[in-house]
Amino acid sequence: MSADQLIPLIFGRLTWEALPLHEPILVVTMIVVALGGVALLGALTYFKLWGYLWKEWFTTVDHKKIGIMYMILGIIMLLRGFADAIMMRIQQAIAFGGSEGYLNAHHYDQIFTAHGVIMIFFVAMPLVTGLMNYVVPLQIGARDVSFPFLNNFSFWMTTAGAIIIMASLFVGEFARTGWLAYPPLSGIGYSPGVGVDYYIWALQIAGVGTTLSGINLIATIVKMRAPGMGLMKMPVFTWTSLCTNVLIVASFPVLTAVLALLTLDRYVGTNFFTNDFGGNPMMYVNLIWIWGHPEVYILILPLFGVFSEVASTFSGKKLFGYTSMVYATVVITILSYLVWLHHFFTMGSGASVNSFFGITTMIISIPTGAKIFNWLFTMYRGRIRFELPMMWLVAFMLTFVIGGMTGVLLAVPPADFVLHNSLFLIAHFHNVIIGGVLFGLFAGINFWFPKAFGFKLDKTWGLVSFWCWIVGFWLAFAPLYVLGLMGVTRRMRVFDDPSLQIWFVIAAIGAAVIAVGILAFLIQIAVSILNRDKLRDTDGDPWGGRTLEWATSSPPPDYNFAFTPVIHDSDAWWDMKKRGYKRPAKGFRDIHMPKNTGTGVIISGLCLVMGLALVWYIWWLAALSFLAVLVVSIAHTFNYDRDYHIPADEVRETEETFERRLKATEA
Amino acid sequence: MRRLRLLMILPVLALLSACDMVVMAPAGDIAGQQRDLLVISTLLMLLIIVPVMALTVFFAWKYRESNKAAEYEPDWDHSTSLELVIWSAPLLIIICLGALTWAGTHLLDPYRPLDRIKPGQAVAEQVEPLQVNVVALDWKWMFIYPQYGVATVNELAAPVDRPIRFHITSSSVMNSFYIPALAGQIYAMPGMETKLHAVINHPGEYVGFSANYSGDGFSNMRFAFHGLDQAGFDRWIAGVRQGGQPLDRERYLELEKPSEKVPALHFASVEGGLWDAILNMCVEPGKMCMGEMMDIDRKGGLTMASVRNTMPLIYDKYAGRGSNPAYFGSDDSYVMTICTPLQAAAAAAERTRRSELQNAERGPVDRAPLRGMGLVPPGVPMASLSLSAPASAAPNA
Amino acid sequence: MSATAVKTASNPLDDKTVFYLEEEPHHEEGASTMLGFWLYLMSDCLIFAMLFAVFGVLGGNYAAGPGPKELFDLELVALNTAMLLFSSITYGFAMLAMDRNNQRQTLAWLAITGLFGLAFLGIELYEFGHLIHEGATPQRSAFLSSFFTLVGTHGLHVTFGIIWLVTLMVQVSMKGLIPANKRRLMCLSMFWHFLDVIWIGVFTFVYLLGMLR
Repeated sequence: MSADQLIPLIFGRLTWEALPLHEPILVVTMIVVALGGVALLGALTYFKLWGYLWKEWFTTVDHKKIGIMYMILGIIMLLRGFADAIMMRIQQAIAFGGSEGYLNAHHYDQIFTAHGVIMIFFVAMPLVTGLMNYVVPLQIGARDVSFPFLNNFSFWMTTAGAIIIMASLFVGEFARTGWLAYPPLSGIGYSPGVGVDYYIWALQIAGVGTTLSGINLIATIVKMRAPGMGLMKMPVFTWTSLCTNVLIVASFPVLTAVLALLTLDRYVGTNFFTNDFGGNPMMYVNLIWIWGHPEVYILILPLFGVFSEVASTFSGKKLFGYTSMVYATVVITILSYLVWLHHFFTMGSGASVNSFFGITTMIISIPTGAKIFNWLFTMYRGRIRFELPMMWLVAFMLTFVIGGMTGVLLAVPPADFVLHNSLFLIAHFHNVIIGGVLFGLFAGINFWFPKAFGFKLDKTWGLVSFWCWIVGFWLAFAPLYVLGLMGVTRRMRVFDDPSLQIWFVIAAIGAAVIAVGILAFLIQIAVSILNRDKLRDTDGDPWGGRTLEWATSSPPPDYNFAFTPVIHDSDAWWDMKKRGYKRPAKGFRDIHMPKNTGTGVIISGLCLVMGLALVWYIWWLAALSFLAVLVVSIAHTFNYDRDYHIPADEVRETEETFERRLKATEA
Repeated sequence: MRRLRLLMILPVLALLSACDMVVMAPAGDIAGQQRDLLVISTLLMLLIIVPVMALTVFFAWKYRESNKAAEYEPDWDHSTSLELVIWSAPLLIIICLGALTWAGTHLLDPYRPLDRIKPGQAVAEQVEPLQVNVVALDWKWMFIYPQYGVATVNELAAPVDRPIRFHITSSSVMNSFYIPALAGQIYAMPGMETKLHAVINHPGEYVGFSANYSGDGFSNMRFAFHGLDQAGFDRWIAGVRQGGQPLDRERYLELEKPSEKVPALHFASVEGGLWDAILNMCVEPGKMCMGEMMDIDRKGGLTMASVRNTMPLIYDKYAGRGSNPAYFGSDDSYVMTICTPLQAAAAAAERTRRSELQNAERGPVDRAPLRGMGLVPPGVPMASLSLSAPASAAPNA
Repeated sequence: MSATAVKTASNPLDDKTVFYLEEEPHHEEGASTMLGFWLYLMSDCLIFAMLFAVFGVLGGNYAAGPGPKELFDLELVALNTAMLLFSSITYGFAMLAMDRNNQRQTLAWLAITGLFGLAFLGIELYEFGHLIHEGATPQRSAFLSSFFTLVGTHGLHVTFGIIWLVTLMVQVSMKGLIPANKRRLMCLSMFWHFLDVIWIGVFTFVYLLGMLR
């Protein structure tokens, strides 16, 4: 066999040309990332941190550490996704009057696709999942999730997906199809090359993780609640997490299936979504939105929970209308499956179908409106402390209602005919995703950071970040509303009409202000770490909390609670404090805990290799890594020795240390 | 601070008034009604949005921690009457908006023939709408005028105040046909036909484009739309006839290949049956038309012998996007037609006849007001969502 | 108010002064496993639901090629169905034997189940091979694409079921019918019967209705 035959056999379609050496922007990025990576790896090796990281973090099954790792993943990917955003804003601000801007179509089209995919799948999802992972078991008084190993595995699968998408930046290309990859454009005929394949495998692998993590958290919430915590005594965040995970389990398989069909079209030449041979591209659009719309609520519901916790905590009041809050959440969960068609009214479904889906969409705004009112009346007759989470809540309420309003506008089909795919739409969904999801995440991070690390986040830098985000957001997206009304459509790379330019320039300035906001957030974390002694949370309850997570120390011990709490009220910890709860000082027992395992890392690593091999048509490697996944999984099932006991003495020691710290603070 | 903020709004207002908000001030009646719906819905929602925002600010300020004078009721968490209000207020608004949506969606259904030219002026009985067959190509637009036997690329014209009936398809991927000044958009999809009815009320130069991303050349997939008076339109048609070449299948296949920034092209004549062939994706000689294929499928398919009735693509349709069949699949191929060219031509003619028959059977456009749930009952003036429409001017009142 | 005294009240929930359990709550090991596995099965069911829906949409698009009447051999499929149904019954026997803690019988019934599963797969592969040989490949029409994908996905599940079954047989013979293994057998049982139910859907919806179309 000659080398000409052998090389494709070994390397598939991977060649030297796959390295984007002709794109100066990418070369510079590659060098910077490579240097940074080498520095990081060097530092880890120099300080001998590998063993610590492996033992304490990578292989951990502790839901708290996994939650933190999710958050770190989300924040890192936020930087990448935001870099894409800045590049788009600059391109659109300068590509006027015959100028081609600085990005060619090949590059620009990848950027807006990557921006969407990364922000949804690898920023919002990990951050939301991380929050749920960290907080839910604590709120329900559990020691861990139902399936701790699965939790670790889910995280690493999500990470593997993120790594695949990052690899596309430096080897080959990413999809140039828009974030939902509508066929026939994403079919093999119109998108040859590796871009869409990167997209498919990144989402498919991360999707496995998301689905499993959804199953895990449902089982946890249903089965592991502390005694006395009936469904209607669950904290609202736990409720919204439950609904979110139900949505995940009931929608991600749809994504898996539809991406699998697209994969078959691209790899095997089947005709699901092709133009010829009886294929039906519109079916893809329907199927992907049957996943896609619930996905929106997967993102926002947990943050509704965060805002509920924040509203009652910082107003020093019980949440107004707990019951209607719960019902509103459930109604939203169900309705989110009945609205998908509003994403393509303009595909010619007919007036009756369009108005049905338009009206169901509007109906969702009723429970959402009820929620807003509930937060409003939680503030009413409260004693509002304007700590950072509370400020994010108020900003959210003022921003989100605008996004909600424009959303209902887009749900009116005739209005959608003029605004569909326009920048008005872009402004709308950024208004709800930034104004809802991201603001909520910042509220949540500022709220629970002291719980996770034992010290509060610095308020000054938090305020800088807050104001930059608010001002930046409106500067960046208000112009897009205007541009939408000027009939400007999305995903444009160059423009003719010079009167549009000023708006794009304002939007670019807004993006720059947001960049400062992100930077300030990172500084906030750094400053807080430096000043951690001043910001120390000694009693585990820095905000006057109401739910169980504040009943334990900050950071909580591995086992969360030395004794399983008994719940009498939906604001369990508030109730305990009110009725004179005292921490138990004796009678500690051995605590049964799951053992760490590296299997999750290994299987996910193998899946990562398999995904990359499939992208590049390296069939032998794909087969080999698949086989390895199978073997490792089976081998893992032969390990029956999966847990251990924390001895009572150790528990007593931990608890006594905390007790001493409490006494010291009081004195 | 607050006054400062107001001051900051001023330049924004100036900017806003300077810019051309085509969606808010369109030149076509359909787009105008869509705009009206947009405005009414916004106002309706502001009824609840404004109080909520005001209350948020007010409560946040009044119940701040430092204001010890404000009431504090830490255990107040329920009020049935308040709950009733917070659920029913949005509900009422959504009921209004829902009714408006139902009516508006049916009235402004792009598939529905027009019943009026502009507020208060119904379509005259004898007027034949201008038909334009639109094809989204990679990356330009083709317009066929069957009533005039001409075609253009990247240039569209229509006489003012004459209804236009667009039949829209695409040759390769999904696009969206959108002229903001004229009417809302509708997708252009391969092998499928969408329709749009609209009218332009003011002469002028407008822009149309694709509103759905379709690949590298998408940004430049724009065309000029001329709104002309009748004489101007006739002159324009005559100009197209004079200056153009014929458009036949070969020329079309040439055009279909990806290209960007194509200047306006004129075609003096159009080969018979071309539109039908484009829509049925069988411009290539020997390829089976979708219509024929669907007929066969409806009858339960063919025998086993038909299984190998496919042909590799004979020319590179995907030129410019690379040609790269699925690794484990067969080469790009298509189903061969099973009839002779003559039979195929006859079948196409039959399809055209049937679709015309179907149109004819529907009879002249029913210009009576639309009925049905949420729409006006008979006897009431013509349904209109227009802000400016004088209801009394309705013709059949 | 000294409310923290921990008494072993008959029911700690009724006693408002009890804030925590003195004893470690007896969380049965793997108490959530069944629920978790059910949830997984439902998510899998949704994948099949999608494939069924896709077949429902594309099942009539023969692309001027052959339809079900030309392609399917109902007798063969009936035999195939019988294999899978029998395997479900024999799995049931295995579970009964497990309930009696009879390890030898459990293993024997599991082996028989596996053989039936293999027979099912063999027949299915034969059918696929035959179709492809005739030229009715997944690429030929959207109908064939959705047919091969739906039936093939089910077949893939059966394949993994068999691998899992063999793994469990090894584990049962190594460790005996310990609780962990019993739990695993229960999960596989649910999986296996689930595949049976899906197949009944496939048989009715794809083959029988296909012949009637």
